[in-house]
Amino acid sequence: MNYNIEINGQTFICPDDVTVLLAMKGKGLTSLPIGCCAGGCGICKVKVMEGKYETKVMSRAKVSVEEAADGFALACRILPRSNLKIEQFFNK
Amino acid sequence: MRKGVMRPGHVQIRVMDMEEALKHYRDLIGLVEVNRDEQGRVYLKGWTEVDKYSVILVESDTPGLDFIGFKVLNDDVLNSLKSDLVKHGCEVSELPAGDLDGCGRRVRFIAPTGHNFEIYAQKEQPGKWGMKDVNPDAWPLDLTGMKAERFDHCLLFGPNVTATRKLFTEVLGFDLSERVVDPDGNVVAAFMSCSMKAHDIAFVEAPEVGKLHHVSFLLETWENLLKAADLLTMTNTTKDVGPTRHGLTHGQTIYFFDPSGNRNEVFCGGDYHYPDHPPVTWKAEDLGKAIFYHELNIHPTYLEVLT
Repeated sequence: MNYNIEINGQTFICPDDVTVLLAMKGKGLTSLPIGCCAGGCGICKVKVMEGKYETKVMSRAKVSVEEAADGFALACRILPRSNLKIEQFFNK
Repeated sequence: MRKGVMRPGHVQIRVMDMEEALKHYRDLIGLVEVNRDEQGRVYLKGWTEVDKYSVILVESDTPGLDFIGFKVLNDDVLNSLKSDLVKHGCEVSELPAGDLDGCGRRVRFIAPTGHNFEIYAQKEQPGKWGMKDVNPDAWPLDLTGMKAERFDHCLLFGPNVTATRKLFTEVLGFDLSERVVDPDGNVVAAFMSCSMKAHDIAFVEAPEVGKLHHVSFLLETWENLLKAADLLTMTNTTKDVGPTRHGLTHGQTIYFFDPSGNRNEVFCGGDYHYPDHPPVTWKAEDLGKAIFYHELNIHPTYLEVLT
């Protein structure tokens, strides 16, 4: 199943078995920085504002249990389960 | 002046899923799995390595580097260096023989960059994997993937590179082989050797302590590097940069990520270093050429993506 993903105003389609970051990368979009694509470096950290999703394993140093419960996640680990509205997380 | 530290002997890497990590380090990079212990740690080596293992994988919810161990000549050197580390003001501890499989006692210290290092004198030595002791063949059959020859070095990011360079050169007897100097004369990257290699350990100045930039494995030829790049595509592995050449060390290289986001390098060739050689200097303002000699620029996340 395909879902619409909106990140920082850019919209693209993401299948439910592809992570949001890889779908974005595949479309040649640059809404988010692309790092390790494996849940380790944390550079693609986001907050999901609307929608349902699952996450693959993420570094606990980058997304704590509390943050994950608040909708924070790494885009390279997010599998959409509905249309999503996402905002980039800025650390600095 | 050299003080009896021989080589990087092992690195312990934290991974978030061991089976995924083994598909990567064993099946793709081509390290040989030699053992697993009661703590679930998996021990691997490059086939040319004479000691029992050089890479230890440990499962964790936070990827990154646990520690790097350097092998020293003998127990006397180990004792003497331990005393020198204490005199230098390092926080030093000791781990007993057998804590790591087949490894003697290890003297642990923390560098000013926040990284854990250790030195040890003994490890089981079964010899090169798949090789006879007498009349050995050129290479063993049954290697997989990139057929990495050995764990070679790490590049680490952290604060206090100058103090860490002093620790490695003055206490442990490494040579500064290459350096990156900013316009104010500060050394912002230090590449150091305890051998004839262009680097056995390297540091880049960065605000956060104890970060891993990459763990590097040696391949034999440029042709092997191209095949390694093919394998990255064939296995949907996230590639970072390359194949290309570095300015620093002039090695030929590919960067890519393990399934937990730790950056790896496979490389071949490059410069050599003798103890009487002065350090090679690169200007920080020409960092593009220093790091990626063909592209001449650094893609934005190369210096920021760390574990």
